[in-house]
Amino acid sequence: MHKNFKIIIWAAVLALGVSAVSAIALNRGESISAMWFIAAAACVYAIAYRFYAAWIAASVLVVDATRATPAERLEDGRDFIPTNKWVVFGHHFAAIAGPGPLIGPTLAAQFGYLPGTLWILIGAVLGGAVQDMVTLFFSTRRNARSLGQMARDEIGPIGGAAALIGTFLIMIILIAVLGLVVVNAMKHSPWAASTVATTIPIAMLVGFYMRNFRPGRVLEATTLGVMLLLLAVVGGGWIDHQPTLRGWFDHDGLSLAWMIIAYGFAAAVMPVWLLLAPRDYLSTFVKLGTVILLAIAIIILQPQVHMPALTQFVDGTGPIFGGKLFPFVFITIACGAISGFHALIASGTTPKLLANERDIRMIGYGAMLLESFVAIMAMIAATVLEPGVFFAINSPAGVVGKEAVDAIAKINSWGFAVTVEQMNQLANDMGETSLFARTGGAPSLAVGMASIFGNAFGKGMLAIWYHFAIMFEAIFILTTLDAGTRVGRFMLQDMLGNIWPKIGQTSWMPSVIFTSGLVVAGWGYFLYIGVIDPNGGVNILWPLFGIANQMLAAIALCVATGILVKSDKLNFAWITGLPLVWLIIVTSTAAWQKIFSEDIRVGFFAAANDLSTKLAAGVLSPDKAAVAPQLIFNQQLDAYLTMFFVAVLWVVIIDMLYVTYKYLAGESRLPLTEVANEPSRLVENLVRD
Amino acid sequence: MLKTIKHFWHILRQLTGDDAYEVYLKHHVEFHQATVDAPPALSRKAFFKLWQEGKWKGIKRCC
Repeated sequence: MHKNFKIIIWAAVLALGVSAVSAIALNRGESISAMWFIAAAACVYAIAYRFYAAWIAASVLVVDATRATPAERLEDGRDFIPTNKWVVFGHHFAAIAGPGPLIGPTLAAQFGYLPGTLWILIGAVLGGAVQDMVTLFFSTRRNARSLGQMARDEIGPIGGAAALIGTFLIMIILIAVLGLVVVNAMKHSPWAASTVATTIPIAMLVGFYMRNFRPGRVLEATTLGVMLLLLAVVGGGWIDHQPTLRGWFDHDGLSLAWMIIAYGFAAAVMPVWLLLAPRDYLSTFVKLGTVILLAIAIIILQPQVHMPALTQFVDGTGPIFGGKLFPFVFITIACGAISGFHALIASGTTPKLLANERDIRMIGYGAMLLESFVAIMAMIAATVLEPGVFFAINSPAGVVGKEAVDAIAKINSWGFAVTVEQMNQLANDMGETSLFARTGGAPSLAVGMASIFGNAFGKGMLAIWYHFAIMFEAIFILTTLDAGTRVGRFMLQDMLGNIWPKIGQTSWMPSVIFTSGLVVAGWGYFLYIGVIDPNGGVNILWPLFGIANQMLAAIALCVATGILVKSDKLNFAWITGLPLVWLIIVTSTAAWQKIFSEDIRVGFFAAANDLSTKLAAGVLSPDKAAVAPQLIFNQQLDAYLTMFFVAVLWVVIIDMLYVTYKYLAGESRLPLTEVANEPSRLVENLVRD
Repeated sequence: MLKTIKHFWHILRQLTGDDAYEVYLKHHVEFHQATVDAPPALSRKAFFKLWQEGKWKGIKRCC
């Protein structure tokens, strides 16, 4: 293409991007078209990918297309396989994009649409995508070693241990909060509960098909499974209308929590082919399909965003979770902007498939941009709702009151119009008895998605769309739950195996049951507390998860910054150093506030003390007094856990600073562990393609 | 047109792991045929079992 023509195109993209971002940022009208969000995101991503990511790949990392990757050098036909870049992209994206980017933005919408949207865009292009890309690159240059191994090799044993323990604890908190989200979506909803329950035998059927009936025919089995899933959504509606059947699936939160705990244990002990693997196929297909459908629907419908740019809750008084805009918007939206968990996929798993270093930009940076776009769509789906409706669905009963009338009065007093009739009508349209206090983000996202799908593809099926959206979220939340419990079990077996080698044998059944039991008990405890907490539990667990996830991101960025300095690229170390400094500020401030704040909706100790005082004074209602001792203990535990996270983070930072200081002072302690250059044999073939 | 559909189908099969056994067989022929006492290739069922178990040993899904 002619050079001038390219310049004109990019100037146009820049101009459109600037006007879209300004339109979003400066709009103070009643509503704004969601197309501005899509345009802003597309332009920001295009410019960042074309210029920033390309510059990092070419000038900082210096990717070498002629160098053999681990997939080529260590090819074994099973784990290490040089693979087409689109296929690797698909695997990588399916692995990194879980429920996180859907839930975080929905919760953060309490501050208004603007803070979350800006953080998703800026955080992704300068933080998250850079983290994923450099981690992928460094792991590729180190025989696809995991983040923990790289931390140990390049920074020291403390960094390695910190990454390991950090990962394990995040897994526990993440599973608990995801379990809570599913429970809140199924609570007293026979339709949702029966649909989600049916996904279990469907997955098993698909598992049998792939294992015994037609071994390895993944596509056939998955197609069958997806059709059955759609039937299950419709079937759930039928069950909902059968007076006896519906009673079987009508449960309160606590019973559902116990069921999830029992299910989680069973899924972790069962062989992978029976439940985990087939469920993962189904969830990946449904997830990709729904995300594409949502993008098409938003573009066709061009819905209006009704949430204001900023709400009064930036002062920290928000109903969904307590805490000011800074730092809590940056903690609440982790996945979608920057997520430490991605570094675990980008190291270890993805490099084993990478055919050429040249693909690192597209896979590492590009997949994260796509995930960020999913987060933008979740933000749109949450903010197209009338703000009053959004707050009615997402505010816990402990904040707005148990009765519909009280909740509506409270929400109206904040200046958001909504009526009891409106909420009843909405619940009726969605095929639910009530939508009040369905915290956790999934139900409000489902209402938003149902209204977008309903408007774009026909309004008659709102209830079906709603339950489809619930099924879509539940199925991959349950996949994360199964897979996470399993990984937690392996990690625990590995750690305990150092003390008692027998327990480290991953197939020894007593060890499997014992360690799975411990992992399930860990997240089950937090899930149980979350369910009995009248404030909904999400307000405690989600920030804890955010802090933990950002801590892991900071560890990954520490490793990357350390390697950059040790590779004599001090001048470029800011590409990971800058997001690292920002994360350190955000995580440390948030942790400080969660531990020491006097505000009982923010500080863990303040909340525990407040509850103890009230309990001692006898001013609590009997049902609240009954659970108070457990809640007090939990708040204190959460405070110590937060302290532990921050301590781990700072230990790794100091370790990294020490290693880089030593290097710069000329006393290299830990040499780079990059594998020697070996020319690729595949390059010629690739060029010919 | 037919070529595009074929290409898409190929990518889809690779993405889902539908062709994992064929990839394995191809690798087996290329790398082990020449060796004198090469182990015989696994059956489709046995390969799939190993492949699936191996796939879920580490962290494969994220938040």
